[in-house]
Amino acid sequence: MIIPLLKGLCLTFSRIFSKPITIRYPEQKHPMPARWRGVHYFRKNEAGETACVACGLCVAVCPNTCITLEIGEKPDGKRFPLKYEIDVWRCIFCGFCQDACPVNAINLGQGYEEAHYRKEDLVLNTKTLLSMYEEKI
Amino acid sequence: MTESKYMTLNMGPQHPATHGVLRFVLELDGETVITSVPHIGYLHRGIEKLMECKTYWQSEPFTDRLDYTSGMSNNLAYCLAVEKLLGIEIPKRAQYIRVMLSELQRIAAHILWLSTHALDLGAMTLFFYGFRERENCLKLMETVSGARLMPDYIRFGGLREDLPDGFLAMAKTFIDDFPSRIDEYETLLTKNIIWKKRTQDIGILSAEDAINYSVTGPVLRASGVNYDVRKAYPYSSYEDFDFEIPLGTKGDVYDRYLVRLLEMRQSVRIVKEAIKKLPEGPVRASAPEYIAPDKNAVEKDIAALISHFKLMADGLKPPVGEAYTSIESSKGELGFYIISDGTSKPYRVRIRPPSFLNLASIPRMIEGALVADVVSAIGSVDVVLGEIDK
Repeated sequence: MIIPLLKGLCLTFSRIFSKPITIRYPEQKHPMPARWRGVHYFRKNEAGETACVACGLCVAVCPNTCITLEIGEKPDGKRFPLKYEIDVWRCIFCGFCQDACPVNAINLGQGYEEAHYRKEDLVLNTKTLLSMYEEKI
Repeated sequence: MTESKYMTLNMGPQHPATHGVLRFVLELDGETVITSVPHIGYLHRGIEKLMECKTYWQSEPFTDRLDYTSGMSNNLAYCLAVEKLLGIEIPKRAQYIRVMLSELQRIAAHILWLSTHALDLGAMTLFFYGFRERENCLKLMETVSGARLMPDYIRFGGLREDLPDGFLAMAKTFIDDFPSRIDEYETLLTKNIIWKKRTQDIGILSAEDAINYSVTGPVLRASGVNYDVRKAYPYSSYEDFDFEIPLGTKGDVYDRYLVRLLEMRQSVRIVKEAIKKLPEGPVRASAPEYIAPDKNAVEKDIAALISHFKLMADGLKPPVGEAYTSIESSKGELGFYIISDGTSKPYRVRIRPPSFLNLASIPRMIEGALVADVVSAIGSVDVVLGEIDK
């Protein structure tokens, strides 16, 4: 009756001398895998603008309808996103927008520490999405 | 207010031992439970109705959020139902990876169950030990799918993409090490006199009662009924794998604990076999009318681009008909029943959540038991409220 208890105590006692497996979080960070679905970013094209061609597929596939898109047209006839907003409050990070994008413009990045003082800061627009790309590199 | 000689006690919905927002109204005679009524619905999100308003593909992330401890199994069950509707054949490699991942998910779910159940009954060390292994298991999920709990990796027609480089080596390291960890859990609990006193002869559910209550999963098998969907109606190539179904004899809380531990060992065996036998080949079925082409092809081939646009914007349209498939998730038989009216949205989706039916047997288990045993009975059934309330 007492032996199993002692065996258990032996096991827990032996653990005192083993190396801790926890990490000291804010200083040390957990490395994210390459496929991690974090906060979105826009890929840039050669001109330094967004690679998005405003096809609207991401808007169509988004299960939570958290993407707003207004289509603009340049003088040469190329389409671009006049207004592109992702409401990260509602996003469920399923990654469907990334899967749907035919030009690989919208991507889910490595970021996961998203806490802001103002609610508006978590509605990402073209500018913030592009700046996330720079952070990534 | 009418007078009663019994005291009514509200247990939950904020009670830590009810594993979510489950509420029990217990009628007590001193310390003994006379009747108990479970109240559910605090986590109702209307997932079945939501699925009617979304295309087939868009509904998939919602299935992750049913039983949030085993996302892969939920994805698998939903995909199998839709694939049955579409009538497509899945490549062998994808099937094996599906089996491997759902078994790893079963291990993660069982560790979570064991750790929290032990914590409820006062064994705190196991909670830390269990979460140490669960972390490794979730790291595997994260590497393969990009999310820890909501994988969304299994897709119609196969998988989102092939396994990443080095995944098999990672999985092998985890699987080789894991049986020794189960031994550690056993050292702490199996013969421990306190654990035995809290679990043996408590919450007994006879085999007859278990069948009458439509209980499935480890709870049913602990009562000694040999029924496992993986053996009874093999899906996703489970018939190729060699494993045993552990059975209990008495159907008490202790038996459920033993059955789940043995199930974890069997899962290890299946994962090992899957890694060894994993065939080469594509991971996505070729059915251009339903399954979106590979992303690399979209950039080069105009036909692929057109079909990509069509499927993403409109969604796939299965033929008119209905399909039911069930799988063995970590909680029991998880089924999806889908009726298609030929449009891109399902006419009706019905989910058979195992926890919901297992929960119904708890009042029978705790009839005449002590209040303290209610905690161990609820814990032993392993209810997940996300799945019950839907």
